[in-house]
Amino acid sequence: MSWLKDVLESGAFAVTGEVGPPKSPNIQPVLKKVNQVCRHVDAVNFTDNQTAIVRMSSLAGCLLAKEAGADPVMQMVCRDRNRIALQSDLLGACALGVENVLCLSGDHQSMGNHPQSKNVFDVDSIQLLEIFKNMRDRSAFQNGEEIKSPVKVFLGAGESPYADPVAFRAMRLAKKVAAGAQFIQTQAIFDIERFEQWMFEVRGLGLHKKVFILGGVIPVKSARALRYMQEEVPGLVIPENLIHRLEKADDAKAEGVNICVETIERLKEIEGVAGVHIMAIAWESIIPEIVERAGLFPRPAKGAEHNHEDPKRT
Amino acid sequence: MIVGERKPIREILELLGDNTTVLVVGCGSCVTVCLSGGEREARELASILRIRGQSAREVTVERQCEKEFLLPLEKEIEPVQAVVSLACGIGVQAMSEMFSSHRVFPGLNTTFMGMPVEQGLWEEYCSGCGECVVHKYGGVCPVTRCAKSLFNGPCGGSQAGLCEVKPDRDCAWQLIYDRLKSQNRVEELLQVQPPKDWSFSRSGGHRKMSREDMLL
Repeated sequence: MSWLKDVLESGAFAVTGEVGPPKSPNIQPVLKKVNQVCRHVDAVNFTDNQTAIVRMSSLAGCLLAKEAGADPVMQMVCRDRNRIALQSDLLGACALGVENVLCLSGDHQSMGNHPQSKNVFDVDSIQLLEIFKNMRDRSAFQNGEEIKSPVKVFLGAGESPYADPVAFRAMRLAKKVAAGAQFIQTQAIFDIERFEQWMFEVRGLGLHKKVFILGGVIPVKSARALRYMQEEVPGLVIPENLIHRLEKADDAKAEGVNICVETIERLKEIEGVAGVHIMAIAWESIIPEIVERAGLFPRPAKGAEHNHEDPKRT
Repeated sequence: MIVGERKPIREILELLGDNTTVLVVGCGSCVTVCLSGGEREARELASILRIRGQSAREVTVERQCEKEFLLPLEKEIEPVQAVVSLACGIGVQAMSEMFSSHRVFPGLNTTFMGMPVEQGLWEEYCSGCGECVVHKYGGVCPVTRCAKSLFNGPCGGSQAGLCEVKPDRDCAWQLIYDRLKSQNRVEELLQVQPPKDWSFSRSGGHRKMSREDMLL
């Protein structure tokens, strides 16, 4: 059973983190990052070749995290796999006890390191949610054929409150919920006012009662990094004053953490926000400090049924 | 129409190699309209080839994709060593079938099915997916005009109405949203669209169409 689901359903303000798998088969960086964060988060996301750069597969990272005692979230994008492969990999994840899956469309391959590749996009992220939901709730593959053993999965999706058309963003979330999303991890929040406006619309549609929304945050180390994100990362809105704060700070790294902690404090106050998703890109080691300073430590303790669980025998 | 773009001269010369007597064949249909492979472009390419030392002539047929238009070319093709077709990929293949003892080189890269959106600018509008659904999207094709072919709404990266993948292109979903909003039909977008049946598309394999009533 998904520990993340338990934490969210308990009403606790959940904390998830993110680990980018290495560009090699070396398991040491994965284990190191998992060990750095696992006491401070309820679940750890493993990205799926994010920004279209080839990395160790998300499923392998999830299994390593699972063996190290963490609850992994397997990210799956529609860019590289058709519905045959996506369903196959969900069965594989279930077989290995990976029970949280985050369904995403995926960054276009032209942004990554193999821009000459062919993309798939057989289904989109919303269709993927619905396929997985039916695999679980109706024991049926996308073609209607029966699945003989139950599929257990806690389904998540991403959402960007900032991308255009802005008026459609809350509606798009409603579609994700209708398709099967049980939790949402949002794009990184820097412009908290606009996030609050989006949450207002989300509450207007009653979606906060149907899905657990985890606000995304990214701790940044420098004004330059934030400027880069402002200019280069699609779907982000970064207010100028945050960049100025980092420029003026004696210790930009510390100020970046301050901004992140302040954002989490604000998120905790917003009705309908069920947790925070910390995407400390190549800076996983900062997660414990952020979680502690945001008053979110210790994390809920796992019961016996979640410890030393061996899914292969159940 | 089918839109194409002429290959660079250097590439055409490389393709031709040692073949020095060449017939350049233009096409009077789509590629004439998109100014890449019609009579004028055929004349232009033949003169460039002559300047580069080739013995080149040109001829343009009404439609290279229909064999009856190619029949009269037989006499002109016979003496040449190679043919450069300025038609789309269909014309190049039709020529290759008709004159199978000759090498037919493509002088054009067939780029997409689209239309001129302003003077000198063409844009892709259709992928030939075999099952048209544009009526659900305000007449804007998400398969073709969204970089990720999303059927259920925009991705998380469009900004200022532009595509995150090619920031000089409109975000198809912004266009879809705006069109449906103007028609008071936005709520139709709330319906979750199921996975597309791609078996009608190129994914289903090479396609053919037959009309019983037209077969001889």
